[in-house]
Amino acid sequence: MVGIVGYGGYVPRLRLQRKAVVQANSWFNPGLKAYAKGERAMCNWDEDSLTMAVEAARDCLGACQANDLRAVYFASTSMPFADRQNAGILSTALALGENLSTLDITSSQRAGTSGLITALNAQTGIGGQLLYATADKRRTKAASQQELLFGDGAAAFLLGASGTVADLLGWHQVAIDFVDHYRGENEEFDYTWEERWIRDEGYLKIVPRALKGLFDKTGLKGEQVDRFIMPCVLRGVPEGIAKRAGIGEAAVANQLQEVMGESGAAHALVMLSDALQAARPGETIVLIGWGQGCDVLAFRTTPAIAGASKPRGIKGYLARRKEETNYSKFLAFNDLVTREKGLRSEVDKQTPLTTLYRKKDMLLAMMGGKCRVCGTVQFPKANVCVNPNCGAFHSQDDHPFADTPAKIQSWTADQLTYSPDPPAYCGMVVFDEGGRFMSDFTDMDADKANTGQKMRMVFRIKEHDDARGFTKYFWKATPAY
Amino acid sequence: MATGIRDKVAILGMGCSKFGERWDREADDLIVEAFEEGLKDAGIDRNQINAAWFSTAIEEVHVGKSGVPLAVALRLPYIPVTRVENYCASGTESFRGAVYAVASGAADIALALGVEKLKDTGYGGLPQRNRGVLQSMHWANLSAPGSFAQLASAYQTKHGVKREELKRAMAQISVKSHDNGAKNPKAHLQKRIDIDTVLNAPMVADPLGLFDCCGVSDGSACAIVTTPEIARSLGKKDLVTVKALQLSVSNGVESSHNSWDGSYFMTTRKASERAYKEAGISNPREQISMFECHDCFSITELVTMEDLYLSKEGGAWKDVLDGMYNADGKIPCQIDGGLKCFGHPIGASGLRMLYEMYGQILGRAGPRQLKNPVFGMTHNLGGFPHQNVSSVAIVGRQDA
Repeated sequence: MVGIVGYGGYVPRLRLQRKAVVQANSWFNPGLKAYAKGERAMCNWDEDSLTMAVEAARDCLGACQANDLRAVYFASTSMPFADRQNAGILSTALALGENLSTLDITSSQRAGTSGLITALNAQTGIGGQLLYATADKRRTKAASQQELLFGDGAAAFLLGASGTVADLLGWHQVAIDFVDHYRGENEEFDYTWEERWIRDEGYLKIVPRALKGLFDKTGLKGEQVDRFIMPCVLRGVPEGIAKRAGIGEAAVANQLQEVMGESGAAHALVMLSDALQAARPGETIVLIGWGQGCDVLAFRTTPAIAGASKPRGIKGYLARRKEETNYSKFLAFNDLVTREKGLRSEVDKQTPLTTLYRKKDMLLAMMGGKCRVCGTVQFPKANVCVNPNCGAFHSQDDHPFADTPAKIQSWTADQLTYSPDPPAYCGMVVFDEGGRFMSDFTDMDADKANTGQKMRMVFRIKEHDDARGFTKYFWKATPAY
Repeated sequence: MATGIRDKVAILGMGCSKFGERWDREADDLIVEAFEEGLKDAGIDRNQINAAWFSTAIEEVHVGKSGVPLAVALRLPYIPVTRVENYCASGTESFRGAVYAVASGAADIALALGVEKLKDTGYGGLPQRNRGVLQSMHWANLSAPGSFAQLASAYQTKHGVKREELKRAMAQISVKSHDNGAKNPKAHLQKRIDIDTVLNAPMVADPLGLFDCCGVSDGSACAIVTTPEIARSLGKKDLVTVKALQLSVSNGVESSHNSWDGSYFMTTRKASERAYKEAGISNPREQISMFECHDCFSITELVTMEDLYLSKEGGAWKDVLDGMYNADGKIPCQIDGGLKCFGHPIGASGLRMLYEMYGQILGRAGPRQLKNPVFGMTHNLGGFPHQNVSSVAIVGRQDA
């Protein structure tokens, strides 16, 4: 039976303290005080939906065995490229090869769940395994309610027909052009209608219809549901819907609102990933995806979930956190304020696409080389082996560095170079198995800047070429976790 | 077998412009300022120069590419002019070109001139520039101080030096250079500073504070070289000859192979070993009278003292604090004020260093004059500690 073979998640390390937002903005909108509790996950300046999806996928693939991967699907409403396949960047960054079906799924908060249904259905045609990732970086207007309620996050799943930890029991979709909010083409922000109408005419009428569809198809009953996953920032709505459907109150999953905020199209799957990490065999999980209609999926966990190795997961990434109390930094990272960046920031950042294509494995997948003659691993891969005692020509095979542990040999905190988050930490990182390179550091704290500090490579934004709307990606080192 | 450059070429004349924020001067003005002094010193006519080497590194935007900017500025009579660029060793590279031309017999008299006009950017520090098509996509986002600062963390780890101890030695390096620069009217910065000022300065790239960094300035310097025989025939008596000219260039080992520990310059060690051999110097600590090393940052100077084999490995920070490199110390370093006080107009710096060594040997250094110097050494280091170009030149009295 088709289902979930593995799962993973990612939540950015920075957690903006909501009270900092409220303190800054309640002069303007006193109503925000109602949302001052807890924290929201916030991307570092060099994170976006794609980098989060890469991390979630690494988390997933690091814990389960991908042995017949045939497709990579990516769902988000905040993809970095409108016309350059984001799933293709994802699969390249993960070094998954080129014999893949790749697809982006977008345009609705329901994209996360609709994409999952599509991917599960596609398995029948494609066969083997599919990697499905979803992420959203939620950009909102300053001083809006959404700014407080939303958060950034990602989840990823390996799907297949064997070795599953959760089997798909069934699904149902209803498509209704109910416009609770929208974001027009080329618009920066959402435009949102009244909450009471969204609740009464939207959620409370449409979700039950979708649930009924699922129950009719599968014969499932409300009381059989062990985990009811329904993201909704309107308080009490999931509980009300569950009750009317006969689903026990205890089954209603935590929204993670206090600890990360609602991560858009990804959030249902962030919650699903989190639920799977805690689930025991034989549990029935019902998942709701909302947006111009409603998706419902039902899974049942298999006996295999008990023995399956667990990823870091949402739980682990929620625990890897750093409180951010500087609201100005959040505004800056999300380009919500015009900063004086200085003349140093003005260097032309054009990316020659020819070079990027030639070096895509090096730049996007951190692929280096290993010398067949002397065994030396090195980054970047070169025509001539760097080992001074070897120097063989054309002797190197591809060798991946992305998952190789490293340590700091030398470092600095650079105040002079332009960085969106000064000081720019960087240093020589030395890989445990050989090889090294001068690397940018990210998610860095002053007390971690030491020679010998253990580091891990992460896929991040190198820089933005604002003049051309191009985002450059590369790998950076971050303190190992 | 190669016999080396020792005593095959003599310096006929040298010139050096005032270095600084030359807001009122174009590059060609600076070229002429240095050249007129050098030509007068050489005592020749401009048309006697057979060939020229011209160094400018990163600000070709202002100066222009090729040999043309030099030929046009000086109205050179259609002679060969070659532009050279080799990071911060560019000035020494132009000298090397001119010296080799004379040594080969291809030219009787050759000119090396370097210029850089850095102060047309609108901000402090070196001009920001694209690192290259591929490099810009993966090189770390680091400034020049950001790359050199890393020597400190690796040096501390290797030698077990405390941060405070190293910071104090680095500060003393800057204090010493300012003491010297205060006596040099051509220096950009001519004020003395105290150690607390250095230690308390704002951080640029940890652990380098503002006064651990050399200045950024406009400037030009030149050398006119010929054979000792021609020099004598032109009436020169006390000849300063070239004793060694060496260059070492990283091949990627430091940046990609784990055999380098990040605390020293592989290239400078190679270049200085070869230079001492070429110059016939067997005990540099005793034989080198003075030197100008590439003090782009205090920590660069500190580790270079070891890489030039003047201090023992791990011992330079103590030698610095003991005053070994002060003007009245055993081996005065940056007696003209160094990059620290001159700033670093890249194409000119190597020649500016040679200008001081030449002047000192000829007894022309005024209030900075050292007693009876015999061998003067200059050193340039361009790029990053993990990937660089290092030059070492030694000049001296012909009879030494």
